[in-house]
Amino acid sequence: MYNLFKLELYKIFKRPRTYLSFAAITALIVIIQIGLLKDGKEYISFVLADLGNSFEINGNLCNGYFVCFCILQLLLIHVPLLIALIAADMISGEANMGTLRLLLSKPITRTEFVLAKFAAASVYTLLLLIWVAILALFVSMAIFGTDDIFLVKNNYAVQIAKDDIFWRYIGAFFFAALAMLTVAALAFFLSQFAENSIGPIVATMSIIIVFTIFSTMSIPIFNKIKPYMFTTHMVAWKEFFDVKVNADNESIVGTIQRPDKIINSALILIAHIVGFVGISVYSLKKKDILS
Amino acid sequence: MKKIIIVCLSSIVLSFTVNAQDADALVKKVKAKLEQVNDYVAEGKMKTDVAFIKAPVGRVKVYYQKPNKLKLVKEKGISILPKGGVSINSSSVLGLTNYTAIDAGEQVLNGTKVKVIKLLPLDEASDIVITTLYIDEGQLLIKKSATTTKENGSFEMEMYYGNYANLGLPDKMVFSFNVKDYKMPKGVTLDFDDDMKSEEKLKLKKKKGRVEFIYTNYIINKGIDAAIFKS
Repeated sequence: MYNLFKLELYKIFKRPRTYLSFAAITALIVIIQIGLLKDGKEYISFVLADLGNSFEINGNLCNGYFVCFCILQLLLIHVPLLIALIAADMISGEANMGTLRLLLSKPITRTEFVLAKFAAASVYTLLLLIWVAILALFVSMAIFGTDDIFLVKNNYAVQIAKDDIFWRYIGAFFFAALAMLTVAALAFFLSQFAENSIGPIVATMSIIIVFTIFSTMSIPIFNKIKPYMFTTHMVAWKEFFDVKVNADNESIVGTIQRPDKIINSALILIAHIVGFVGISVYSLKKKDILS
Repeated sequence: MKKIIIVCLSSIVLSFTVNAQDADALVKKVKAKLEQVNDYVAEGKMKTDVAFIKAPVGRVKVYYQKPNKLKLVKEKGISILPKGGVSINSSSVLGLTNYTAIDAGEQVLNGTKVKVIKLLPLDEASDIVITTLYIDEGQLLIKKSATTTKENGSFEMEMYYGNYANLGLPDKMVFSFNVKDYKMPKGVTLDFDDDMKSEEKLKLKKKKGRVEFIYTNYIINKGIDAAIFKS
């Protein structure tokens, strides 16, 4: 199984499209960083427009931590497409090239075959996320410096002290890894029902787009189904950037306002990953391989 | 009868004039006490208490130079202060030069008898509409002030004295102000998952905000580099 895993990794990183994803991520992040470097103050003024009428907020607001938060907010909606490009091709690509039957004729079980393929897709997903972390967090910290982070939410604003932020990003990236692995698992699951990769890629993105629209619209009928959609839970990384306050309304360093929400969402995402991969194993075992 | 009315009216006018003179004299005495301080650097903590802002306690330095130069520097991090109206020392409360002082009687404030004096600016261009001072006559200390402005709303300042009471410098100062409702569009925050309970939202509607300064150390009359006020 380990040999197959290595082989799958080799195949992933041999394809030019793999590097296209890294290039696309780099371009997107660099564009956002240049934009904020040039007009960060204007962007901050826009974001803080409501508060700015009543308060003077001074300091390095457009710092590396804030820039990274903005990038993650924007990018974690688009990264799934880049993940689907590879994960949705894992089995359908073999079927398309006619190599699936050949691969399954090797002395490995179908379970090992699925797990090795999914493990390779997961490594790609995690490397992509690590690349996002390097560019969005560490490069932004180097360019924009570090300071407290000031974030506006729908009903309140949160200021987190500089020394209390980095560990939150570690948590947020771990959570984002779970979210992206869920996307990889979905794309991987869909990839075995097609003879080419276009179908599963489009299907994965369609599911994510439709679910995200449901998740973002505050319509009562949608609110009832929101908790059952994995896209609702994918954004729970933001919970790392909310703090508890004491009776005097002072932020308590090192706290998270809703840790239960993070744990609940993480468990739901893990359940989705296990579910998608489990069904993939089951259905491939039952499948009559003709290509 | 006419004589009686004239005497009564005269005595009323006279009492107002005397009271106004007393009030003015008291304000001048307090000013004189504060004027012993040419400059200071105060170190301490700043606590921002606004219902819809979660902020940590920060360390601040306040630089003051006579007559009205004032600069607040947060040692590290972001500072949030109410716009326009922050007068974080006693001198700025008495910053008015052209005013009428009116004696508004006496009150008991935190167990101390204080004289209530209203300052009305005579300059029509002044942003301040009225300032009410609560002065401890015995110690010549401003215990509280309430100011109404044309552009920056109303705010109050409460001062608590300790080691530097002889110079009129407080150990603790609480600045209270009115706040507007806060609501950010989801398109700006990109925060679409709004599962906050209505009672939690109601708590955020508290109309008063406070900024508390707790000073631990003053360096007085040692001179301050003018560049600090320019930056």
